[in-house]
Amino acid sequence: MASLKALRLRINSVKSTRKITQAMKMVAAAKLRRAQQRAEAARPYAERMERMLASLGAAVAGQPDAPKLLVGTGGDAVHLLVVVSGDRGLAGAFNTNVGRFARNRVRELESHGKTVKILGVGRKATTYLKREFGSRFVGEVSFANKKVVGFEDAAEIAATITKMLDANEFDVCSLIYNRFKNVITQTPSEQQLIPGAVPEQEAGEAIGAQALYEYEPTEDEILAALLPQNLAVQVYRAILETTAGFYGSQMTAMDNATRNAGEMINKLTINYNRTRQANITKELIEIISGAEAV
Amino acid sequence: MSTFQLEFVSPEKLLLSRPVEMAVIPAAEGEMGVLPGHSPMIVALRGGVITVTEAGQVSERLFVAGGFAEVTPSRVTILADEATPVAQLSKADAERRVAKCEKAYDEAAGEATPEKRDAAMARLLAARAMLAAAEAA
Repeated sequence: MASLKALRLRINSVKSTRKITQAMKMVAAAKLRRAQQRAEAARPYAERMERMLASLGAAVAGQPDAPKLLVGTGGDAVHLLVVVSGDRGLAGAFNTNVGRFARNRVRELESHGKTVKILGVGRKATTYLKREFGSRFVGEVSFANKKVVGFEDAAEIAATITKMLDANEFDVCSLIYNRFKNVITQTPSEQQLIPGAVPEQEAGEAIGAQALYEYEPTEDEILAALLPQNLAVQVYRAILETTAGFYGSQMTAMDNATRNAGEMINKLTINYNRTRQANITKELIEIISGAEAV
Repeated sequence: MSTFQLEFVSPEKLLLSRPVEMAVIPAAEGEMGVLPGHSPMIVALRGGVITVTEAGQVSERLFVAGGFAEVTPSRVTILADEATPVAQLSKADAERRVAKCEKAYDEAAGEATPEKRDAAMARLLAARAMLAAAEAA
């Protein structure tokens, strides 16, 4: 049985761990609220963008010279996966989940004979995937030293993707990230960016209205400007959802850790008290038997 | 006077959503005044100032660096790349930006493709519009 001193030290150490995890949980909760607000604030833009794209996409769809960003290169041989994860750990299985999802996807694609390229966004999944697929990496981005990830950062990633497409470096591009369902549930999922799925027009009034739109300058020119912007919006949304999900996941993880530390403290305290009592009893027995012998 | 719904969004947030009487939009091919009942259009924006009129008076002046606008008879949606109220523009910032864009344009003018040159040109014009707006404010 451990000595009393060792037990006391152990209890103190677990207590300070609990303090840390509790503080981290509260910080994560505050950051989660802010991240959720930002995700919410970005939604109107994405929605309106989608609406415009739907009417424009319908106008140019089927044209032979439709922009590559919309219809892709026509091939299916080279896949670019953009994997978005958190930059920090201590968030339960959050980063591992998206990493594992990406790994399975890479294996699946390669077993079908496709070439895979990976663009890592966020440090955690990048290091996770690099171990196995280091040679497939074409780039990595990290926001670890940034307090707030802005739209410009997403636009930069989108510009990288566009540049690669112009150089014919891939045929299909998908985004892999943790979709933010709610604070406790984030599911890793894949979203295809290029060739882009033209958003479905809602039936009825939308179609009637869309036929009447005038474009200035031409449809093609607007679309050429709108598509890269849309790509940036998609990337931005993935980053925002990842940020929100990360803090949600961290909050849950830290909550669990705090609870586990509490349980541990209780167990250790019982153990400590028992040991102390046993020592006292032992001493008493020694004294009494000593007195009887006299 | 009749009004239409003006929605003004940047990628990061919804900046404005309320009924207004008139909006003047810097469309790619010239300034465009929009009144209620305008025929439906989708236009690209160049850098410039959007002027909003409510109750017969100019109530809001916002600088946009570029973007798109969707016009329908009852609603105008402006998707701005970047938006700042004119009152908050600073001349020094604008000058720095013009200098930076001029340099980028000079670099692009040398060897880049026509599209890149156009993009650099658009950015330069947007920066100049920003400077002009900052000076006027």
